[in-house]
Amino acid sequence: MTQLHPETYREAARKAIGDPVLQKALAGLQARFGRGAAEAYRRLPEGPHLRHTAHEIRERAVAHLDVLLERLAEKIRQNGGHVFFASDATDAVEYCIKVARRHGVRRVVKGKSMVTEEIDLNEKLAAAGIDAVETDLGEYIIQLAGEKPSHIIAPAIHKTRYDIAELFVKNMGIPYTTDPPALTRAARKALREEFLAADMGISGVNMACAETGHITTVSNEGNIRMATTLPRIHMAFMGMERIVGRLDEYEILLRLLCRGAAAQTMATYVSYTAGPRRPEDSDGPEAFHLVVIDNGRSRILADPRFREILYCIRCAACLNVCPVYGKIGGHAYGFAYSGPIGAVVTPLLTGINRARHLCQGETLCGACMEACPVAIDLPRMLLALRETLAYGDAFWKTTPANPLEGLAFKVWSRLTANRRTWECFLKAAALGQRLFPKKGNRLRRLPPPFHGWTRKRDFPSLAPETFLARWRKNEIEVAKDIP
Amino acid sequence: MECMTRTASPSKVTLFIPCLVDALWPEVAEAMVRILRHLGLSLDCPADQTCCGQAAFNGGYRREARRAARRFIEIFEGAQCIVCPSGSCVHMVRRHYPGLFREAHPWRRRAEAVASRTYELTEFLVDVLNVKDLGARFSGRITYHDSCHLLRGLGVKEQPRSLLRHVTGADFVEMENADSCCGFGGTFSLKYPDISAAMVNAKVDHILSSGARTVVACDAGCLINMAGAMSRRGISVNALHIAQVLAGVDFQRTCPF
Repeated sequence: MTQLHPETYREAARKAIGDPVLQKALAGLQARFGRGAAEAYRRLPEGPHLRHTAHEIRERAVAHLDVLLERLAEKIRQNGGHVFFASDATDAVEYCIKVARRHGVRRVVKGKSMVTEEIDLNEKLAAAGIDAVETDLGEYIIQLAGEKPSHIIAPAIHKTRYDIAELFVKNMGIPYTTDPPALTRAARKALREEFLAADMGISGVNMACAETGHITTVSNEGNIRMATTLPRIHMAFMGMERIVGRLDEYEILLRLLCRGAAAQTMATYVSYTAGPRRPEDSDGPEAFHLVVIDNGRSRILADPRFREILYCIRCAACLNVCPVYGKIGGHAYGFAYSGPIGAVVTPLLTGINRARHLCQGETLCGACMEACPVAIDLPRMLLALRETLAYGDAFWKTTPANPLEGLAFKVWSRLTANRRTWECFLKAAALGQRLFPKKGNRLRRLPPPFHGWTRKRDFPSLAPETFLARWRKNEIEVAKDIP
Repeated sequence: MECMTRTASPSKVTLFIPCLVDALWPEVAEAMVRILRHLGLSLDCPADQTCCGQAAFNGGYRREARRAARRFIEIFEGAQCIVCPSGSCVHMVRRHYPGLFREAHPWRRRAEAVASRTYELTEFLVDVLNVKDLGARFSGRITYHDSCHLLRGLGVKEQPRSLLRHVTGADFVEMENADSCCGFGGTFSLKYPDISAAMVNAKVDHILSSGARTVVACDAGCLINMAGAMSRRGISVNALHIAQVLAGVDFQRTCPF
């Protein structure tokens, strides 16, 4: 089953809008985390301006990615770890399977990782006969349901406790209960067995630091720590951009990550990993592998218009404030990344024409940019993506997505280039609007391409005369006094 | 901002009329005329202006937007002070026009010069003229919707609120999520009408919960969207442009719906 289907954005959005349970969950999520993150930034000792400092840190890191990654790899290898640079998803998955086979791995436990969703790792491991169990509670729930995460950090936000109760009864054979603590206990018990039986633990990487040569994973359930220390092998996957140079820079980003993601001062579990267990360590894996994934990122890096998207640290703060995400949820975006970050990065990773609805179906309201812990200008990149769709783009191999729209804007450009022509057009439109059903001053139905508007809204009819026409005739003679 | 606040108050204002206001809702522009004349300003309104090109720009059609920008700059560059009753149109001119031209291009300078003299109505009244009380009266409960480009693009948040708080008889209340997008988004509302309608209906629900009988905003686009949804749902909450509230009672009932 391929998980990539950004083409169905409109249909999936419609379905989500019609789902009252999801609507309530999304509103609750945004009220809690969206407002919470803004408050958490305000409470920063350095003030909210720290986001801009973080932006500069990320800018520097992405500009020196080659050097930083080399340094990180060198350090990890010195510590006895392995580092593999994967050029694409297939490369990364094959490496994982190869290592798993070499070590006789049959069962895998996973900590939450969006980059492994991006490369479809679970399905590919299953096809290779390796069972991978998600251990983040939310991920575990949606894995049982055979679904995909609908939020970067709250993957099961679309599930109610009643859904979860049914899933657990079916999959674990527990007595029916909708009591959240009881359900959590049941999951914990099942997951403990998985942790102990697993041969390999797979995690993502929240941030790597070149200076120290470590990777960091952040969680609130402690599952990642268990998944990365109990099994014999730990394999961590990271997008190649998730690195900073120095420890002091890394510390700023970690603090902002926790605030942006969950309005927390610090996550409950923050693990630093620099290699396999050392002789003096009491626990830890025998082998440590880091897979650094390109999968289209080099192409993004090569284009100054979109390089900024590589500054993203995948905290999901933008999802928590986006009014579009707040209505359509994560599944509508048809890929691992949803919300504003998905609207920019998915087209760049999977094809702009194919994922065009993602970047066009946003309002450019700018809430994402204010919420972003590293102050990424997402609206600017949405506009740049739309430009590649308007005219076609050689670098991204896009073709004009909607030639009719292109023509309409050419005509519009002609019409507005001259006031008299423009007014003739408005007069013709004013005559034309008489053909459509009206109630008072309200138009109830409009022809394409305006018909979508009047499905659920009325539209005002054109004024009998424009303001400027009346101004020209000196008809605007309102009294100076304000009553 | 700097150029105006540093110099003396302007005596002459050039009106920049948004295309939506010009064609659909001329009362908003008339209300602005009354406000500015009331303040003793002499007004000028270039008769050949049409549209700032925002819709083309937001759709990714930069070339068409650039053409509109050149035309706008030619028309307005002689103006001392340009005032517009729309946050998003001013945002287009101030934040996006300069970037439409290459750094060293002569048009870049011209775009920047026009950008620095273009103001949204409420920021012009409060920040430039230092006027908060226009002497307007109103009766009933009012709530305010923050337009995205005005709030997050231009940073205008308190100016319209303080103007509304000074309206005699207006009971100003904040609605929940006043700063979240109403779902208009220009051509977005036509291309993704289901998402847009879901967003505006959420906004309408917040307006209703506030108990206000009138929702005020600084952008005709948002107002047409909110009023259109309320009209279809048979809700009798009035949607008014802030200029209409500030211009006095005879403007407070005129609405395209």
